[in-house]
Amino acid sequence: MATSVRATSGGSPPPAAHPPAPSTGSRKQWPSGRGGLRSTLYRLDLKAVPYVFLAPFFLTFAAFGLFPLIYTGWLSLHRVELGGSAQWKGLENYTSLAGSEFFWNALANTFTIGVISTVPQLLMALGLAHLLNYKLRGRGFFRVAVLAPYATSIAAATLVFAQLFNTDYGLINTALGWAGFEPVAWESSKWPAQIAISVIVTWRWTGYNALIYLAAMQAVPQDLYEAAALDGASRWRQFLSVTIPSIRPTILFTVIVSTIGATQLFGEPMLYGGSVGISGGSGNQFQTLSLLMYEKGWVTGALGQASAIAWVMLLLLLLIGGLEALVSRSNRSRSRSRDRNRAGRISTKAGS
Amino acid sequence: MSRTLDTTAAARAPRARRLRPSAGRQHHAGPLTYVLLGLAALVSLFPLYWNLVAASHTGERVVKAPAPLLPGPRLFDNLSFAWNQVDMGEALVNTTIVAGLVALSTVLFSTLAGFAFAKLAFRGKGALLALVVATMTIPPQLSVIPLYQIITDLGWVDQLQSVVLPSLVAAFGVFFMRQYLIEALPVELVEAARMDGAHSLRIIWHVVFPVARPAMAVLGMLVFVQAWNDFFWPFIALTPDGNPTLQVALAGLGAGNHTVDQAVVLTGALISTLPLLLVFAVLGKHIVGGITAGAVKN
Repeated sequence: MATSVRATSGGSPPPAAHPPAPSTGSRKQWPSGRGGLRSTLYRLDLKAVPYVFLAPFFLTFAAFGLFPLIYTGWLSLHRVELGGSAQWKGLENYTSLAGSEFFWNALANTFTIGVISTVPQLLMALGLAHLLNYKLRGRGFFRVAVLAPYATSIAAATLVFAQLFNTDYGLINTALGWAGFEPVAWESSKWPAQIAISVIVTWRWTGYNALIYLAAMQAVPQDLYEAAALDGASRWRQFLSVTIPSIRPTILFTVIVSTIGATQLFGEPMLYGGSVGISGGSGNQFQTLSLLMYEKGWVTGALGQASAIAWVMLLLLLLIGGLEALVSRSNRSRSRSRDRNRAGRISTKAGS
Repeated sequence: MSRTLDTTAAARAPRARRLRPSAGRQHHAGPLTYVLLGLAALVSLFPLYWNLVAASHTGERVVKAPAPLLPGPRLFDNLSFAWNQVDMGEALVNTTIVAGLVALSTVLFSTLAGFAFAKLAFRGKGALLALVVATMTIPPQLSVIPLYQIITDLGWVDQLQSVVLPSLVAAFGVFFMRQYLIEALPVELVEAARMDGAHSLRIIWHVVFPVARPAMAVLGMLVFVQAWNDFFWPFIALTPDGNPTLQVALAGLGAGNHTVDQAVVLTGALISTLPLLLVFAVLGKHIVGGITAGAVKN
């Protein structure tokens, strides 16, 4: 709260409340009597206004983002129950996490579900974007159709898919039966359940990512393709050697966003599990870190432990972010020489 | 509406590209492309279609193998039951209020902050902008525990403000508006207004808002969709029996708080999805443009 008061007074007070400037009329560039006041106000307006415009964002962030972030860190070093007083425990919450099989299980599940939802999702999105990049009849329809799942909420999508994946009467097992397969236990077995949850995530986000890739692909200069075609590159070769390198920043962006999303996965496993959703299935087979945090905080009431899990998630994200930055840097330096060649070829072509 | 939106960053970018003679890659699609895209569209749309099918049968029929594939006769019975008995109507109103307020305030504050970052000079600009971008990576899990304690202390559990206040403005929105205004708003326009003696509020109202309006519309739609579908924090701050948004009410239905009648559960899902799908069907092109404009410029 102290933050908010300081930041507000740092902004511009309403002009009416400002004391009249003593130097009225003394300035040469403002000959009229009220000029001094006006110029003071004018300068104040210029100087303070940027901060006033930024204040809503930073106040909201300070109150609902930064303060809770730090307070969660403080809580993670304590033993706290809801409404109770905090008791200093040092790093005990973290060390007990390290010894908890539930934590390692949730961490592993978050990782596996993250991989099997993010990797196919982004690969399919790339392919879909490539298809949408052709000259098409009904282009608008296809774009809106693949984006429709994005309009669906986590809750609605998960409830529908939970029915489609039902072991006894779900359409997916029915279809598998027609194809001669045994019914799959999509909820009670570990891998089928994780795959089913990944399907929900993939269904909701593939079209969204495809459109992002599509926009990036359309910004790739045609010259590059012409040059590649002159060099005898096939369509597939052009896709690999021109399209993919050209949209690499966009790919990196979607990788980061999907990784962040996958680390926080909560609603899909919770609702997919129905009455045992909070524990991630009867055998915790799809309990994610977010679910474990919710269970610790709101079911068990151990807020300190829940806070420690939240901070572990932040550390994980920082770690992953660092790794991704490393990978992208090494990629960039590797492709730099190729880019230079390409640029040379284009400028030669333009000059001829 | 569509006239204004046509001048968005999204629509503008391709136009600028078209001016260059060699931009864009336009091979004609072969039959295989249509088959694959048709499949993708089918996979995208089938769960939505099946949601409608399930909402038009009795609960017993939905859970009997094989599940129905064609619409049944019970849609309106299920709708009126979901509306009256399990209060999806109230949830729909709550969600509209929350998403509307969040979208309005995010658009307003993001435009102000985006304008400051794009066109005003002040100390610490670079560092503050970096801070804005950095906040995008902080997961909500890191703030929910203290936030929950705060709203419990304030007696705000089940109150809609506990969902609205933390979302008043978003880093994404600030960044989005900054990117748009850097290109769309000539600095001379702002300076000319200042020469004429306009103070900052007048400049905002008469110069910035008119220029930014197309991007504001796109941002508003994106934020509205996001707020409409938001789950994690509303699920913690609101209860299905208190003052739920659609997502919270649905979670309650799905976990069997009120009913385990799957037809009613899926009717609830339909009620929560249909309004946004209608918006998408009408404004699809502009939403597509908005999503791509926001992401590619990042």
